[in-house]
Amino acid sequence: MYAYDEIDRTLVNERVSEFRDQVKRRLSGELTEDEFKILRLQNGVYLQLHAYMFRVAIPYGTLATNQLRALAHVARKYDRGYGHFTTRQNIQFNWIKLAELPDALEDLAKVGIHAMQTSGNNMRNVTSDQWAGVAPGEIEDPRIWSELIRQHTTLHPEFSFLPRKFKIAITASDHDRAAIKIHDIGLRLIKNEKGETGFEVLVGGGLGRTPFIAKTIKHFVHGRDILSYIEAILRVYNQYGRRDNIYKARIKILVHELGIEKFSREVEAEWQHIRNSSLQIDDEVIEDIRSRFTYPAYEKLPHMPDELRQAAADPDFEAWRKNSVAPHKVPGYSIVTISLKPTGGPPGDATAEQMDALADLADKFSFGEIRVGHEQNLALPHVAKRDLPALWKALDKLGLATPNVNLITDIIACPGLDYCSLANARSIPIAQELTRRFANHELANLIGRLHINISGCINACGHHHVGHIGILGVEKNGEEVYQITIGGRADENAALGTLIGPGVKFDEVADVIEDIVEAYLALRERPEELFMDTVKRLGVEPFKERVYATR
Amino acid sequence: MTSPLEQKKIKIAGPSIVTANRTWDGIVVYRTATKSWSADLSEAAIVRNSDEAKALLAESVADDVGAIGPYIAPVQVGADGKIEPGNLREQIRRTGVTIGQSAQV
Repeated sequence: MYAYDEIDRTLVNERVSEFRDQVKRRLSGELTEDEFKILRLQNGVYLQLHAYMFRVAIPYGTLATNQLRALAHVARKYDRGYGHFTTRQNIQFNWIKLAELPDALEDLAKVGIHAMQTSGNNMRNVTSDQWAGVAPGEIEDPRIWSELIRQHTTLHPEFSFLPRKFKIAITASDHDRAAIKIHDIGLRLIKNEKGETGFEVLVGGGLGRTPFIAKTIKHFVHGRDILSYIEAILRVYNQYGRRDNIYKARIKILVHELGIEKFSREVEAEWQHIRNSSLQIDDEVIEDIRSRFTYPAYEKLPHMPDELRQAAADPDFEAWRKNSVAPHKVPGYSIVTISLKPTGGPPGDATAEQMDALADLADKFSFGEIRVGHEQNLALPHVAKRDLPALWKALDKLGLATPNVNLITDIIACPGLDYCSLANARSIPIAQELTRRFANHELANLIGRLHINISGCINACGHHHVGHIGILGVEKNGEEVYQITIGGRADENAALGTLIGPGVKFDEVADVIEDIVEAYLALRERPEELFMDTVKRLGVEPFKERVYATR
Repeated sequence: MTSPLEQKKIKIAGPSIVTANRTWDGIVVYRTATKSWSADLSEAAIVRNSDEAKALLAESVADDVGAIGPYIAPVQVGADGKIEPGNLREQIRRTGVTIGQSAQV
């Protein structure tokens, strides 16, 4: 966990006071909506179809149990008893009243949570690997660097009025769980030949109506220079980024139009002006941040405790363990992913009761720590293997032990037309129907790893471009129509999916996905060949033929 | 923000209403014939041509304290005068999300 210092606490508390005054002036009519809109957006407050939506940041996806309980409290007291975890390590509350928002913010501030920069044209929540600090083989904990960037960019005047929103993600593992290649800046923590810590810096990734996979702009930037290098990128973006056309305002468009070589030269020139300035990071600064992250006092525990050996006889436990439990860097411990994708449920939703109960379980089994991943699931990062059977039983009672992590029903979906004012089509009901169609866990296991991503509009909050199967909802002649892509991925080999053909109607989507899956099962050469391997081997044509032959 | 009145020429293809979200709590509201807002669609003022729509939108925009983001939305008016939303988006805004349990109060 990271402990805020006095500066952070003061900043968060002052922000609450400012916003309380702004809301008061808005409700009295002293501020018009035009004047107020930018202020509410800077505090994570959107207007959606039914109500205001309040987006709260969970920096680098790390939550303490008192923070999760505070989120449960907000869900219960100010909302409708649940929250929605997003694809960028945020949580959204969908029914909040503007008049009560300052109180909700104040309650969250007591535990160091805020909503700063969760919307607006600024630097958004810096995201990272939800297994940070516990993943085997990690270079080092990427949250230290995430926190450094968070501190530097929070309310930074130069980054508060960017041409468009700006997102940074950091990973420190070979397997990218932070989806860095679809971010404006992606940072991969590496060591150089001297053993020094630094970053491969990628730039210009993003989805939306013009998707791009990020390109490497520099193969190694020393850790001490990372702030100046990021700032150089942002200065070039601030100078040349399009402000006249919202659809061309993201940095990905600038990188694409200039070309990575020219963009890189511009950044390099800017960097030479500022790299030896106060932006160069002293080791003491990093060490101070490092010292504020606390790690559990792990015990020396057996790799295969008796409790785990005995529980292995239970096929339900084994089904869950196989998909939800991952190796930990410390022997005798595991990382447990908590699926927020129950059969028939909206992906990423958790009730206040579930959040409270999960906080209790985290206190009991995970040293009081919870993580939030971009796949809209949660994780307990430090679970002793001997506790896995007891944890599983407790999670099962809460409806949080669906054994589908990384399987076909572990669907990423945006809120879609059920909530979102930008959406053209519904996402969640499509996800719900698919989880029912593939509810048989034996079938889901037979299919193996397969990610479905659903977006309800071209803004792509459900990351459909990078789903193994991507589903994009659009509106055509007043009807919801869904375009299907296959072959996308969001990991270290990130790729954009390929459209397989004309869109299909709402009622046909689940049938089409079944056809694609049946085609895959028939086409794969062996059970170990994953969906993505088959797509890579054969291309989209066989799937296209299967889907459209009878339509 | 550009005023809705300046965004484009107002054309309506059939009976329409003006809808928005109430400022203090964000709930869906409809502009009434008595120059106020109601959460009940049946109380919405119906406009049937561009001039009426423009006028209703103008007075709605002017009430910046009462509600935010007003816009014109299509409706269907039955023979009995009953007003129904004219598209899926407005149907969802009126009756709530279509996703079942976790969205209930």
